[in-house]
Amino acid sequence: MKITTKALLIVGALALAACTNPDRFGGDGGALDPNAGVNTGVVAGSANDPSSAAYFQQAVGDRVLFAVDQSSLTAQGQATLDGQAAWLTTNADYTAVIEGHADEQGTREYNIGLGNKRADAARSYLISKGVPANRLQIVSYGKERPIEVCSEEACYAKNRRAVTVLAAGLTG
Amino acid sequence: MMVRFLAAVLAMMLSVSSGFAQSGPLRIEITEGVIEPLPFATPNFVAENAGSADMGAQLARVVAADLQGTGLFREIPASAFVSGVSDFGAAVNYPDWRAINAQALVTGAVNVSGNNVTVKFRLYDIFSGAELGQGLQFQGTTAGWRRMAHKVADAVYSRITGESGYFDSRVVFVSESGPKNKRAKRLAVMDYDGAGVKYLTDSRSIVLAPRFSPTGDRVLYTSYETGFPRIYVLDVGSVQRRVLESAQGSSSFAPRFAPNGQTVVYSQATGSNTDIYTMDVNTGRTTRLTSAPSIETSPSFSPDGSQIVFESDRSGNQQLYVMSASGGEARRISFGEGRYGTPVWSPRGDLVAFTKQSKGRFHIGVMRVDGSEERLLTASFLDEGPTWSPNGRVIMFHRETQGASGRSSLYSVDITGRNLRPVQTPDGGSDPSWSPLQK
Repeated sequence: MKITTKALLIVGALALAACTNPDRFGGDGGALDPNAGVNTGVVAGSANDPSSAAYFQQAVGDRVLFAVDQSSLTAQGQATLDGQAAWLTTNADYTAVIEGHADEQGTREYNIGLGNKRADAARSYLISKGVPANRLQIVSYGKERPIEVCSEEACYAKNRRAVTVLAAGLTG
Repeated sequence: MMVRFLAAVLAMMLSVSSGFAQSGPLRIEITEGVIEPLPFATPNFVAENAGSADMGAQLARVVAADLQGTGLFREIPASAFVSGVSDFGAAVNYPDWRAINAQALVTGAVNVSGNNVTVKFRLYDIFSGAELGQGLQFQGTTAGWRRMAHKVADAVYSRITGESGYFDSRVVFVSESGPKNKRAKRLAVMDYDGAGVKYLTDSRSIVLAPRFSPTGDRVLYTSYETGFPRIYVLDVGSVQRRVLESAQGSSSFAPRFAPNGQTVVYSQATGSNTDIYTMDVNTGRTTRLTSAPSIETSPSFSPDGSQIVFESDRSGNQQLYVMSASGGEARRISFGEGRYGTPVWSPRGDLVAFTKQSKGRFHIGVMRVDGSEERLLTASFLDEGPTWSPNGRVIMFHRETQGASGRSSLYSVDITGRNLRPVQTPDGGSDPSWSPLQK
């Protein structure tokens, strides 16, 4: 895996901030809980298991962030996606839904369009790095699912994101 | 005859000096902007049989609230009355009403028989000393009594302003509860004044932006119940719904009916690109109207069905454009500072309401359909999503407050920017859509 120590620290911090706060709730989202699906022991499926969804979320980094009203990937975002592509190539039985999100500073329908562009930017990058297109879907939540609730740039910056949510897809 | 005569007479500005006899007929010209609301009295409607008294009082309260809520009228409280109205058929004692400076008097009578309610009303122009229009009678059920009050208020409003009313109408909206990061949303419908809330969906899936059909019988909305945004059409009476099928791998949102009630215009996102399409709700046949690589969304038909106003960021940020209902070349109509979104064509066809973002603030505004005479009606941290009253005089929208405890609520404002008022809902509210006047 080709991730610099610095990138790892950053994505690790982001994952910690988000890990109690899944983007979906209610159980109707069509994607699996990233922490569910493997029940063979304490270690397997935990963040220590490199093939687990929890490891992907916390160690690889499941999200990339965007500038205001932008959908182009930053260098840091590309580094995170390089890690995701490598992990997805190794763990070929996972599919993923990439969720695009916007901050609250925009109108609802425009933000769905914007979230879509962000999710597609991440998806296209992963495909360019060899992940098969049929394993990657996108969905935009617009401004409907912020993870941070303050009305300041510190929160907005974390809400403008594309999150790769794993599902145990190909093999069930 | 009297009504026709009055309608032909030019408006007079309302006198602000009390006790000064009005020299012309009772009339409010809304376009001139009413500074001084017209004083009116609505005594409890006369009970025509035992057991109707409560209803008589309730009807008068709703009529008064409708009129007062416009900002064009001011109710004179019953405590100020010199004399009451105890006999609907008796002659009005004009001097008693002039003495308290009432300019309009609404009298009514009600007869409750089992589940049936009969309501009669008359409207008097106190300073002219004459009835304005003829008495009217409505029949309904006890369950629908509020609608009868709204119909009386619509008739009063219409006779005094010369324009159709908007009180016997409904609003479909998104009822919101819970914190920002776990907001639960469900569709709800209510009377325009917030009464009679009825839920149309549960809150298991995100639902967005419901929009009434031109006859008010159906609602289009967007739901994430499959995990992806899809457009649904819901029958308000039966609460039956069905998905409008869209292309595999795409997302669909931002639907609105065309005036024919059969065509739906909406946005479809495929890959990174969001464009505008139409679909025939019966056949499912789709037509693509835009093909720019930018975000094209929030389309809204003109009332004659010939044109569509929408927003696009093709210029680099969100602006408003108008194109033919069949697509093709679009002309930009917004040129002011900031970003413009969520355009909605007015029912009269003369104006477009929109959301504007400028310098960190959000506004609800209106402009003429050629983009001229832009007027901002509100300003706050986040105002969004205008919808027009059936007569095109009032706009409802939602306002979200900032911060971790931010909450979304419904408001209305008239198109002169006056009379900003909260609309009461049981929980938070967003994305209102106003129905046409009910039949």
